Amino acid sequence: MVTVNGARYERTVEPRLLLSDFLRNELGLTGTHVGCEHGVCGACTVLLDGEAVRSCLMFAVQADGHAVTTVEGLTDGGGGPLHPLQAAFHEAHGLQCGFCTPGILMTLVPFLRDHPHPDEREIREALSGNLCRCTGYQNIVAAVRLASDGIPTPDR
Amino acid sequence: MESRRQIGERVRRTEDARLLTGRALFVDDVRLDGMLHVAFLRSQHAHARLTGMDATAARARPGVVAVYTAADLGDYWRPGPLLVPPPPIAGLVFNACTQVPLAKEKLRHVGEPIAMVVAESRYLAEDALDDIVVEAEPLPAVVDLEAALAKGAPRVHEHLPSNVAAHAVQRKGDYARAKQRAHTVIKRRFRYDRGASAAIENRAVAAQWDPRAEELTVWDTTQAPIPIRNGLAQLLGLLESQVRVVAPFVGGGFGPKIMMYYPEEVLVPWAAMKLGRPVKWTEDRQENFFATTQERGQIHDAEITLDQSGKILGVRDVFLHDTGAYDPYGLTVPINSQCTLLGPYEIPNYESEFTAVFTNKTIVTPVRGAGRQHGVFVIERLLDFAAKELGIDRAEIRRRNLLRRDQFPFNNEILFQDSAPLTYDSGDYEPALDQALELIDYHRFVREEQPRLRAAGRHVGIGIVCYVEGTGIGPYEGARVTVEPGGRVRLATGVGTQGQGHFTAFAQIVAEVLGVDVADVHVITGDTREFHWGTGTFASRGAVVAGSACQAAALRVREKILELASQELEASKADLVLAGGSVHVRGDPSAGITLGALAVKANPLRGAVRPGTEPGLEATAYFGPDRGSTASGVHAMLVEVR
Repeated sequence: MVTVNGARYERTVEPRLLLSDFLRNELGLTGTHVGCEHGVCGACTVLLDGEAVRSCLMFAVQADGHAVTTVEGLTDGGGGPLHPLQAAFHEAHGLQCGFCTPGILMTLVPFLRDHPHPDEREIREALSGNLCRCTGYQNIVAAVRLASDGIPTPDR
Repeated sequence: MESRRQIGERVRRTEDARLLTGRALFVDDVRLDGMLHVAFLRSQHAHARLTGMDATAARARPGVVAVYTAADLGDYWRPGPLLVPPPPIAGLVFNACTQVPLAKEKLRHVGEPIAMVVAESRYLAEDALDDIVVEAEPLPAVVDLEAALAKGAPRVHEHLPSNVAAHAVQRKGDYARAKQRAHTVIKRRFRYDRGASAAIENRAVAAQWDPRAEELTVWDTTQAPIPIRNGLAQLLGLLESQVRVVAPFVGGGFGPKIMMYYPEEVLVPWAAMKLGRPVKWTEDRQENFFATTQERGQIHDAEITLDQSGKILGVRDVFLHDTGAYDPYGLTVPINSQCTLLGPYEIPNYESEFTAVFTNKTIVTPVRGAGRQHGVFVIERLLDFAAKELGIDRAEIRRRNLLRRDQFPFNNEILFQDSAPLTYDSGDYEPALDQALELIDYHRFVREEQPRLRAAGRHVGIGIVCYVEGTGIGPYEGARVTVEPGGRVRLATGVGTQGQGHFTAFAQIVAEVLGVDVADVHVITGDTREFHWGTGTFASRGAVVAGSACQAAALRVREKILELASQELEASKADLVLAGGSVHVRGDPSAGITLGALAVKANPLRGAVRPGTEPGLEATAYFGPDRGSTASGVHAMLVEVR
């Protein structure tokens, strides 16, 4: 039994099934992306009881009795208004191809909860476990600053 | 209100909402009833003779639906096409050896596919890989570029006399004569190591055959859905119109996703048709490191000759290029290196010779710059060495050699990768250099900051690099613009998207022409059912080529709008203004007619469409440039070594 984005699911699964595959293939929550399946890229990051974890480094059965939040959970199943962090990414051009973005959002949600006003060094440290191959991180940092302190991106 | 300037304005991207909320469709998100999953058995050897294979146990494993080896492919087994035939360079040697769907007799690089397992889940398919028995005799591997050319070296392709994939010489002026009158000659060796693009989304292909509609649908992480459709139709004996290739959101392209055809790309659709069930394969990260194409890997022996004032008299460059185990992309990468070395400089005498070499490594195709950066690296390093030797400031030696703005169009007298003469269409390089120097405060750094830092024991340097980049090459792209009865505008174009912001940039172009809001332009890219003429997203050509086609189509629709509105509003076309999604007579914005209402009138249910006109507010247009556009830039960077 696992709670995902507030809904309870009861499933019987193979012990070897990864949490990432469970979310994507069993529950159809394909917003959680898989980039490396060995914990390096961070694209599959979800929240487990409110903390960021790699869903590719967990078996689905380890989530038994826990609450999981995926990127879909930030907008009430994908249809609600954007979460303030998502809105900041939109405003600051904090994404390009967008494949790494769900994992980055799920890393930053608990980070900003615990560090509401991070400086740039802290932001970059928080992002160090998520790889992005498009942006060069500059605008991701700008989006976090916008979300945390309302500092807009300077015009380029 | 006049129509508003929208191109170049800072707008929020229209694709972001889907990407930020997890709703965007990527290929691995495609899930269909009865879908089967694929795992590939890949070579663990760099070079080996394949002597035997037994897949009996794998076929018998519960959950396994099929196992295919080269022998099982029958007539479908054939080497891939030569994607880009080499330009007509005099004296060119080129040996085409293209990749194969599954290895037969010989394994030529680690990661080369040997067998394909189709099963009820990816987990089961991977289990079955361990059941396949492969007998292979390892051969000495060809790894080092220079050793590969030595007499008696093992050969990657045994039907060829050596590992030479290609040899080409391009000349401009007379380098030998230029060298005779040189004040300074500098010769250096430069090595550029191999690299991988490592998009965060690995490759994936999903396919479904619909026997009722007799239609094949393929979802592919490709940068070129239309050529993939055309190629698959030919390979599978279908009409092009029976194959629909969709490149939905793609998680980074960077070049390797325009390789054609990857073995997986031809095998997954074939298996879906053969088995009558949807089939999907998604690359894992380890496969990506071995089986997705790579780039770089060159050794340059380069020489520059200059006069006393630092003016370049000539450059001679001889280089080796690692093409990997096969060369389906022709000479695109080494020719880019050869051409881009000339940079923004006037180099009156140039001699460039390269040898492309087969090695037992992953195939090399364009990746992020496609070889251009190699050329830039060589000429910029040569200029740094020359500046030091001649006692000239590094920015100054560049300035003295830049082409002047009155020299364009400038013909470099050699052939570019698109087979056209390397001609720079336009440029004005000195202002960019000035701006870069000012932004990084170059002169103050060199004069004051650096000596102070050095005295304090810190090693801080400044790098400055000028470059040009051949972009926006042909052949062409197209677009279709339609005003819907509801007033929104639909734009379909053939180029796929991998994060470039096409949904927004193309919408800006059309919005400006038609006087509508960017948010009201609905953009569709990379779906051959929506648009099936074009090539793809590569060589920084989306905005230049597809963007120009979007503008051309929008201008035709604008003309149709004006024609119809002039009748409806009883006004001359010259007096009409398109703004805010409506057309009105200049000076009278209250009495307008919406584009939606015009679209309804353009498609009447009764009466007739006048002869010589077409129903609806829709147009398709194409844009094909004679030659690429030349972009240019200057990079400056401070680096501290600790």
